[in-house]
Amino acid sequence: MVNRERTAPKEIIPQRSRTIAELPPRESQTELLRELVGHLRQNRTLLREEWVARIGEARLLAAMTQEEIFQEATSVYDSYVAVLETGSVDDLTAYARNLSERIIPRGVETNEVVGIVLLLRDVLARSLFAKYQSDFEKLNRVLDAYEPAANRIANTVAVGFVQERERVIRQQQEAIRELSTPVLQVRERLLILPIIGVIDPQRARQLTEQLLRGIRTNRAKVVVIDITGVAAMDATVANHLVQTVEASRLLGATVIVTGLSPEIAQTLVTIGVDLGKMNTVGDLQGGIEQAERLLGYKVVLS
Amino acid sequence: MQVPILKQGHVLIATIQAALSDADLLELRSALVHQVVRYRSEGVIVDVTAMDVMDSFASRTLLEISHMIRLRGADTVIVGIQPDVAFAMVQLGLTLEDIPTALDLEEGLAYLQHRSKTIN
Amino acid sequence: MSEGTQILVTSDRDVVTARQQGRALALQAGFSDSEATLIATAISELARNIVSYARQGTVTFKSLNGHKGAVGLKIVAADSGPGIADVSQALRDGFSSSGGLGLGLPGVKRLMDEFDIASRVGSGTTVTVTKWRT
Repeated sequence: MVNRERTAPKEIIPQRSRTIAELPPRESQTELLRELVGHLRQNRTLLREEWVARIGEARLLAAMTQEEIFQEATSVYDSYVAVLETGSVDDLTAYARNLSERIIPRGVETNEVVGIVLLLRDVLARSLFAKYQSDFEKLNRVLDAYEPAANRIANTVAVGFVQERERVIRQQQEAIRELSTPVLQVRERLLILPIIGVIDPQRARQLTEQLLRGIRTNRAKVVVIDITGVAAMDATVANHLVQTVEASRLLGATVIVTGLSPEIAQTLVTIGVDLGKMNTVGDLQGGIEQAERLLGYKVVLS
Repeated sequence: MQVPILKQGHVLIATIQAALSDADLLELRSALVHQVVRYRSEGVIVDVTAMDVMDSFASRTLLEISHMIRLRGADTVIVGIQPDVAFAMVQLGLTLEDIPTALDLEEGLAYLQHRSKTIN
Repeated sequence: MSEGTQILVTSDRDVVTARQQGRALALQAGFSDSEATLIATAISELARNIVSYARQGTVTFKSLNGHKGAVGLKIVAADSGPGIADVSQALRDGFSSSGGLGLGLPGVKRLMDEFDIASRVGSGTTVTVTKWRT
C-alpha cells in the first residue's frame, strides 16, 4: 500500500483545515456588525465625500444645491449607519418620511432617491472589500452581515418615499376636487353652495363633506343650497341632499334649498321627504333674503 | 370615568371625552338630571366635540337626556358635533330629532341666552 | 398593517376598543379621517349588535388589495347568537331616519361600500362589510 502524504501548498490552506482548538473564535453577527459600524463611522468623512461625488457623477438630485446635498447626505449616512448598528428601521422610516416630505416639493423623483441609496450601499460595500480583502473568509462573513441590512435600508427608504408621494398626490387630487366645487361665504355666518350640472353619488358626498367643513370653519348659521342648475336628480342623490340638510343642522346651521324644480320636488316626495319640513324658496335671491332675515340682518321698521 | 359638569349661572355644561363607555353615558344622564334639579338650571349644554363616533346608543342616550331634562323645565343643547361625525350619523339615520344643536359652546350659550330672553 | 386582527367582543367597552382599532387600521391603510369615521361608526353599530343580541362574538379586520392598486378594509362581525329570523325585514328601511332603532343594518350598509349578511336562527349571524379607499 502506498503511503501517501497529502499536503497542499501552504498558501492555499484555508483556515478551516486547522484543528478546532487552533481556530480563533468566530465573531458573532453582532460583533461583526459592530466592527463594520465602527469602520463606517471612522471613515465617515471620506466615504461621505466619495458618495456625494458619485451622486454628482450620476447627475442625481439635480434639483438640489451642493450644500443641500451635503446636508442630506450627512443625515442619510448617519441614519444608515445607525440602522446597521441598532437593527431597527423605525427611526429610519421616520427619517425617510421626513426627507421625502422635504424633497418631493423640490421635484426629486423616485429613481433619484433609490439611486442615491444604492450608491451609498455600493460605496460602503467597496470600502468593506478594501478593508477585508486580505481575509476572504472574514470578508464573506462581514458581507453576510452587511448585505441583508443594507438591502432592508434601501427598501425602507424607497417605500417611505413612494408612500409619501402617493399621499401628496392624493392631497393634490382632493384639493383639485375642492376647487371645482366652491362653498362661498357671502356674508358673515351665511354660506351659499351653488350646485351645477350632473351630480353623481361620489360628488354629492364630497359636496356634503365640504359644506360641513365650511360650516365649521366659517361658523355659518345659515346655508343656502341652490340647485337651480341641477337638471335632474335620482333618488340616491336626492337622499344625499336630505342628508346634507340633516347633517348641517347637527352643526347648528339652518339650510334653505332654492331652485327646486317640480321634477326634483317630485323625487324628494317619492323618497319620503316631507317638503313641508324642508326650508325651500323659489330662487337664489329669495333664498338669500330669507337667510338674511333669519340672521337678523333686515331691520324691521314699524 | 366621570364626565365633568360645570355650572355657569343657570346653565350646566357637560364636556364629553372620547371613548366613553355605555355606563359612563348612563351615569352622565342621571348626574345631569340630578344637578338640574339641585341647581334649578334653565339650560344644559352637552359638548361632544371630543366624541369621535356617535352611534345609536349615544344618540339614544342624548335624546333621553334631553327629554328627561325637559321634564324638569330646562333646555338641552348639543354642541360640537364634528363634520365627519355628523355625516356618519345621518348615514345611520341618527338625526337627534328635535334637540337643538349648535356649532360650539359659544353658540350654545348664545342660544340658551336667547331662549331665556324670549321666555322671560 | 396587521392582517386578520381579531377582537373578542363581549361588553360595551369592547365596542369602543373595536371601533378604535378599526379607525387606527383605516388611517394606517391611508383612508381619510372622514372615511375612518364612517368605518368606526359602522364597526360600533355591528359590535353593539353583537353585545346586545348575542352577548359575545368577534370583530375581525382584514386589509384588501383590489384592482389597479385599490386598497380596502374588510370587517367581519360574527357571533353564534340567536340569529335573525327575517333578514330582508332587518335590511328594509326607507331613506328617512329611523331614530337609530333596531339593528341599524341599513345604516351600516349605507356607510360602507360592500355589505353581506348571513344569518341562521339558532346558529348565529355574520356581517361582512368592506370599504374601499378613494
